[in-house]
Amino acid sequence: MIILFGMPIVQVLLFGFAITTDIKDAQIAILDKSNDYMTHEITNKLLSSGYFILGANLDKDDQIDKAFRKGNIREVVIFEKNFARQIETEKNASVQIIADASDPNMANLLFNYTQSILMDYQRNLFKDKKFPLQIQTETRMLYNEELKSVYMFVPGTITILLMLISAMMTSISIAKEKEMGTMEVLLVSPLKPFQIIVGKVIPYVILSCVNACLILLISFFVLGMPVQGSLIFLLAETVLFIFMSLSLGIFISTVSQTQQIAMMLSMFALMLPTILLSGFIFPIENMPLPLQYFSMIMPSRWFIIIIKGIMLKGSTIFFLWKETLILVGLTLFFITMSVKKFKVRLA
Amino acid sequence: MPMSDIQQSTDVRETIIYVRDLVKRFGRFVANDHLSFDVYKGEIFGFLGANGAGKTTAIRILCGLSTPTSGQINVAGFDAYLETEKIKQNIGYMSQKFSLYEDLTVEENFTFYGGVYGLSRKQIKEKTTLLLTRLDLLDERKTVLKALPLGWKQKLAFCVAIMHDPKIVFLDEPTGGVDPITRRQFWDLIYEASHNGITVFVTTHYMDEAEYCQRVTIMVDGRIDALDTPANLKKKYNAGSMNEVFLRLARTAKATGE
Amino acid sequence: MNLPVVVNDVHKAYGQVKALSGLSFEVKPGELFGFIGPDGAGKTTLFRILTTLLVPDAGSALVDGLDVVKDYKAIRKIVGYMPGRFSLYQDLTVEENLNFFAGIFKTTVKENYHLIEDIYKQIEPFKNRPAGKLSGGMKQKLALSCALIHKPKVLFLDEPTTGVDAVSRTEFWDMLKRLQHQGIAILVSTPYMDEASLCDRVALIQQGKLMDIDTPLAITNKLPGRMFAVTSPSMYTLLLELQQYTRAVSAYPFGDSIHLHVTDDSFNISDLETYLTGKGQKGFGIKTIQAGIEDCFMFLMEKHHAHV
Repeated sequence: MIILFGMPIVQVLLFGFAITTDIKDAQIAILDKSNDYMTHEITNKLLSSGYFILGANLDKDDQIDKAFRKGNIREVVIFEKNFARQIETEKNASVQIIADASDPNMANLLFNYTQSILMDYQRNLFKDKKFPLQIQTETRMLYNEELKSVYMFVPGTITILLMLISAMMTSISIAKEKEMGTMEVLLVSPLKPFQIIVGKVIPYVILSCVNACLILLISFFVLGMPVQGSLIFLLAETVLFIFMSLSLGIFISTVSQTQQIAMMLSMFALMLPTILLSGFIFPIENMPLPLQYFSMIMPSRWFIIIIKGIMLKGSTIFFLWKETLILVGLTLFFITMSVKKFKVRLA
Repeated sequence: MPMSDIQQSTDVRETIIYVRDLVKRFGRFVANDHLSFDVYKGEIFGFLGANGAGKTTAIRILCGLSTPTSGQINVAGFDAYLETEKIKQNIGYMSQKFSLYEDLTVEENFTFYGGVYGLSRKQIKEKTTLLLTRLDLLDERKTVLKALPLGWKQKLAFCVAIMHDPKIVFLDEPTGGVDPITRRQFWDLIYEASHNGITVFVTTHYMDEAEYCQRVTIMVDGRIDALDTPANLKKKYNAGSMNEVFLRLARTAKATGE
Repeated sequence: MNLPVVVNDVHKAYGQVKALSGLSFEVKPGELFGFIGPDGAGKTTLFRILTTLLVPDAGSALVDGLDVVKDYKAIRKIVGYMPGRFSLYQDLTVEENLNFFAGIFKTTVKENYHLIEDIYKQIEPFKNRPAGKLSGGMKQKLALSCALIHKPKVLFLDEPTTGVDAVSRTEFWDMLKRLQHQGIAILVSTPYMDEASLCDRVALIQQGKLMDIDTPLAITNKLPGRMFAVTSPSMYTLLLELQQYTRAVSAYPFGDSIHLHVTDDSFNISDLETYLTGKGQKGFGIKTIQAGIEDCFMFLMEKHHAHV
């Protein structure tokens, strides 16, 4: 009953709040080479718009790359030197906007907002002057010059697929043994719970790895996804994610009495939140705070960051150690819980 | 000697199931191989055979659940190819596997199935009271089926199956796993139904129950290898019991492992 | 040497339903021991407790001297278990299933082949067929082989012949009798009363209670009074008349005759003859017979008011 009615209600509420493509509190960095009254005014305007919050204040150009790699910064706004003087004397100054286009929709939106704020400022500033003045904006969409949406979708899709195959398939496997009655016979044997679990997992490890390779190959050759970073690193992280998903699947299996329950749990507890809350389509920053915290326990969220990082930005372990550690932790957690929850008797 | 001699009359017996050269094929496999037999009204007809001999296939055809490959089949006056819906309306079915809804009460089960067969509320009420009284289970009217012992459930399932006064009731191993006393009480119910004109078509693994039937057929490898009264069969095969008759015939089945 | 099975006052309930109420018994080494009782008697629950799949609410049980609660891991190494429904891998072949079970018990098919040879020979022609595609009788034989392949000390067979036709049933019991020579204690549960006579000793179970436990012969000898088989051209009326006969304890149909149970010592067959003739019965026959297990079971059921 709870599942039948409760789940949909919870989901609708959750996603109603989570699914928003409005920008709110996007983290940006400012590289102000002028530091004059005008740049400060513009900065203030940006930061008080409600769309942006200050993620970092940068001093040098070479900090930009690192800021993006770290993952929090969505956009960097760069004011050229002597901005105010440029405007007063030559009636012309430029602002460079660099956006992280690994999420091209987001990047586009941010860029548009930024630009409209600049235009607004420009209009207000020169409303009683007669000759045109201009704040020129140069844009660069980083990591995804052409704003290909595939760059956004493929990492998410890879994550979903791996999770689907690994977690859902293993989640049914143990539940199936219970339902078919073969579990009874396995229990009355010298086999330890650990052996039974590993025995069920191994074929899926192999299957999932083959699948992962296929998916990556297709992404690269057919869909045109780049792999800026180390391929070996990418594969290693993928294998880690596979293990994590498998252990999650096994855990669901040990607590489900029938395959049906296992399927429902995988579907509702895994699939949908993964798609909607992991930042795959809808940015996490736009979600209400409680949901943001909730998405922190979604392993898919961290893996998407990892995949995007490696494929689009060429990030190394140096930048992704935090996310990797989280995945390792989750894997160990699920495995431990599975062994603990595994019933050595029928009741 | 069969028990149901009480309704044996000297009148010409009315045929209620008519089967001639029934064949049912699944691909190349012949499940029913030219079966021919008649069942008379009010008879208790035993349908025996090893698992895989083709009993279930034949019963499904007679119940209107499956279409024969060829042959003439007429059940309760309706054709088994074209009038399956009419057949279903006029028969009852009960098996060891199919029983009543465990989460519903006794009364609710009666109401549900009564409704399925088109009985009016009044009829349902009357029948329920009548049948429950007969079973001495009137007090359990509002009990959820789950809570009842197996023997009671089986007897209730039988009553539900005959609630709408069908012409024929098909019983598929109705007494499986039930204690010996309840088994005999169940057969009392069968006799009564037969006495009231309902034809009973029963399959069973208990060979002593075969003795209670007026006539018995034994299916082997999709064919009918025997069709007669238990007494005649025992004489013919020089056997002391139906069990012996059965073993003798069933052992001739091809060892196909199917 | 430890007794294969010792059960002491075991109780088990599922919510409101009491499955086992104070069961106590022992099984002797190498015995073929039968549990006879209908569905719901508690046979499966008992077997699950003995194979350590369930824990009793009260009481204790030992298998080969090991406690079912504390030493479950050790017990699981030495017992063979064939659960009530077919519980092997449907999509693995006969051979694959056998190898699998040999493997998890850390042995090989070769090592203990002599144990299952008899049985396996009958399904060997089908060794490459998926287990799910076997007939009921074949599945049984495979399940039995898989339960034996690791040479267990105690074998638990939960209703192995249920739903299987009479021919396969007979063959199965023949196989069990031959297995006895191997010194394995075999516990079998069955709802079929006629199979009781094939066991060394039987326990008659009804609604979680033990009604009697002894050799089949002793049980039937214990039945007080005498048993008669009565036949007549009009069986149905005969049944009604006998059920009304006050001098008898019970009258039940048994295939082609009616078993009449009389405990009255002063009773004579001629008394019955008089009674039946008086009712208009002609051509009836009365024979004194030895009571069977089913007769005893029903008598005990009535005695314990255990039927519904």
